[in-house]
Amino acid sequence: MNDSNEFRNKSTTGLEKYKKNLMSLKSSFVGSFLRSGKPTSDKSRAAVVVNNFFLHFHGVKTHINTLRPSYTFGLGLISFFLLVIVFISGGFLMVYYSPSIETAYNGVKDINYVVFGGKLMRNVHKWSGEAMIIFVLLHMARVMYTSSYKRGREFNWVIGIVLLILTFVLNLTGYMLPWDQLSYWALVIVSNIAAAPKELTDIFGITQYFDIGGATKEILLGGTEPGQDALTRVYLLHIILLPFGICIALGVHFWRIRKDGGLSKPDTISAKGNGVASISPPQKTGGIFPTYKTYGLMELAHGKTPAVDNDVENTVTSWPNLFIAEIAVFIFTLAGVVAYSYFIDAPLKELANPLIPENPAKAPWYFLGLQELVSYSAFMGGQGLPGLAIAGLLLIPYLDREPEHFGIWFSNRQGKMVALESFVVGSIVVMGTLVFVVNFGWFRNWWPEIHQMWIILINPGNILLGFVILYSLWVIKRTDSTRMGAIALFTMFLVSYVILTYTGTVLRGPNWEFFWSSSQWPIH
Amino acid sequence: MSNKTRDKEGLSRRDFLGLAAFGTAILASLGVLAGSLRFVKSNVYFEDSKKFKIGKPENFPVGTSRKIDDKNVFIFSSDNGLFAISAICTHLGCIVHPSEFGFQCPCHGSQFNKDGKVIGGPAPRPLEWFEINQEVDGTLFVDAGKAVPQGTKYLFA
Repeated sequence: MNDSNEFRNKSTTGLEKYKKNLMSLKSSFVGSFLRSGKPTSDKSRAAVVVNNFFLHFHGVKTHINTLRPSYTFGLGLISFFLLVIVFISGGFLMVYYSPSIETAYNGVKDINYVVFGGKLMRNVHKWSGEAMIIFVLLHMARVMYTSSYKRGREFNWVIGIVLLILTFVLNLTGYMLPWDQLSYWALVIVSNIAAAPKELTDIFGITQYFDIGGATKEILLGGTEPGQDALTRVYLLHIILLPFGICIALGVHFWRIRKDGGLSKPDTISAKGNGVASISPPQKTGGIFPTYKTYGLMELAHGKTPAVDNDVENTVTSWPNLFIAEIAVFIFTLAGVVAYSYFIDAPLKELANPLIPENPAKAPWYFLGLQELVSYSAFMGGQGLPGLAIAGLLLIPYLDREPEHFGIWFSNRQGKMVALESFVVGSIVVMGTLVFVVNFGWFRNWWPEIHQMWIILINPGNILLGFVILYSLWVIKRTDSTRMGAIALFTMFLVSYVILTYTGTVLRGPNWEFFWSSSQWPIH
Repeated sequence: MSNKTRDKEGLSRRDFLGLAAFGTAILASLGVLAGSLRFVKSNVYFEDSKKFKIGKPENFPVGTSRKIDDKNVFIFSSDNGLFAISAICTHLGCIVHPSEFGFQCPCHGSQFNKDGKVIGGPAPRPLEWFEINQEVDGTLFVDAGKAVPQGTKYLFA
């Protein structure tokens, strides 16, 4: 007001205006991007969220259940921040790395031994990428065990699985880049897994007409064996296509969380209070799932209170409550990754040698469960079983549509019991199968002449999968609840992944033979 | 005119043309995509020739065997002639090494007997046998692009 009066009353010269603008530069510049100033009321706290590009995909208000650490453990957020760290550290690594089989290995060596902070940067990139696998899986387990894949969130579970796959493939393409022994033999093995449908086409005798496996392999490698073309393609995947894909999938993932009404929460928290009568439930039809979601203000304008579900009284302003929590998670994530990377170095093996594979030639730990399955049948272990496992996970929200116990860990007492039972039974069955295979071998050891079809149809991996499916069905029959079946299925999936991974990592040695520990490996 | 009568008549002309245009757009896009995907399959591979020379027959006295290291092929010489067995495991492409029973793969534990037949582990097929030929000057060469039936042996003067 004073300003405008001043301008109106006094005749000011251009130079005076210029001087005045110059004097107020600091406040006018800061005000130009921080439009609302320091928030002092709920209205201005809302404005902070709405007016800020980086905050605007948050809700203005956040439900207190979302802020309960014991509900989410921040797992999804940690995964996201790990991805941010991966992107930034990866950008730094690109400064010295070039995707040529002549220079790639030396570039990585330079990063490790010559570049200032290079080793730490590479470690951070490597370990946050691997940590993503752990935290994405844990986040998935949280969503699973709290029933958070229901009530409109079915498709977001599907996108979550896409993100899980992308996380695995980004890690895979990442360790192919240094062109060390691990990179080279991973390319050999992965491209041959891509070619594994040959096992099937061979059985039907149609490989010479329809070699889908061979074609996939040659497209992946840009040749018949790993070389410069393969490195170029893997680099393209790792630097452009997959990051682009994960950004889009993640954007949709976040967007749907908002559209679905924020994080899942138990009904018991939202049912209290007397707000029920004052809120007109939104009229939405269409689709097979009930729509529990956030509605735009216009959709609710004919009621009395614009609200998310029925529990405005249980929400707090996102600024500062949510953002402080997010920053805390970020700082702890960054600190954890940097501390781990300071002490533990990312591996780098010898330069790629196409003549001598390492013995044992092991993938990084997160693929060793698959490597164990692949050691039964390349096609089933590398494509069939992972494909079926992913299909099973994708179907969970569509086959279990019981709306009860939403947002409650393990649903109820029965759910806890089912999870515990599945854990115990799953562990025993997986370990039992492994003990059998290690002691007695499999078909090829007993009947070397046996047709490959029998091994594709009946191998230890298939038997485990079949058992998991049958057990889940039995749980559904016994408990009359599809939710209990879902808990059993997912628990057994996690147990199998962990035990198979442990077996591949610790218990397998040279020639993929069984050893209790690597100290027993033969010296050669 | 109500929607009811329109339902009876089936698709309206407007809807039909709209759907036809939409379908054409989708088909055209898929066609472009399919053509583009063909782009990534190279027409030429810049790789070493699969044929390579291994020297004169007298380099392979009966009863000996040799591995041509940079080609991943074993050459055996028996009473019935020479034969070439691939060292590339038919499971997932690792390099097998000789062992007391024949060949052993380090990656996933496939085992083959001395003829390359699978006797254990996950390999779906026996090790490949390759064609051996002789040039006019007497030099032998192996064609690792040309698999021959197991047991094919070659006698050279």
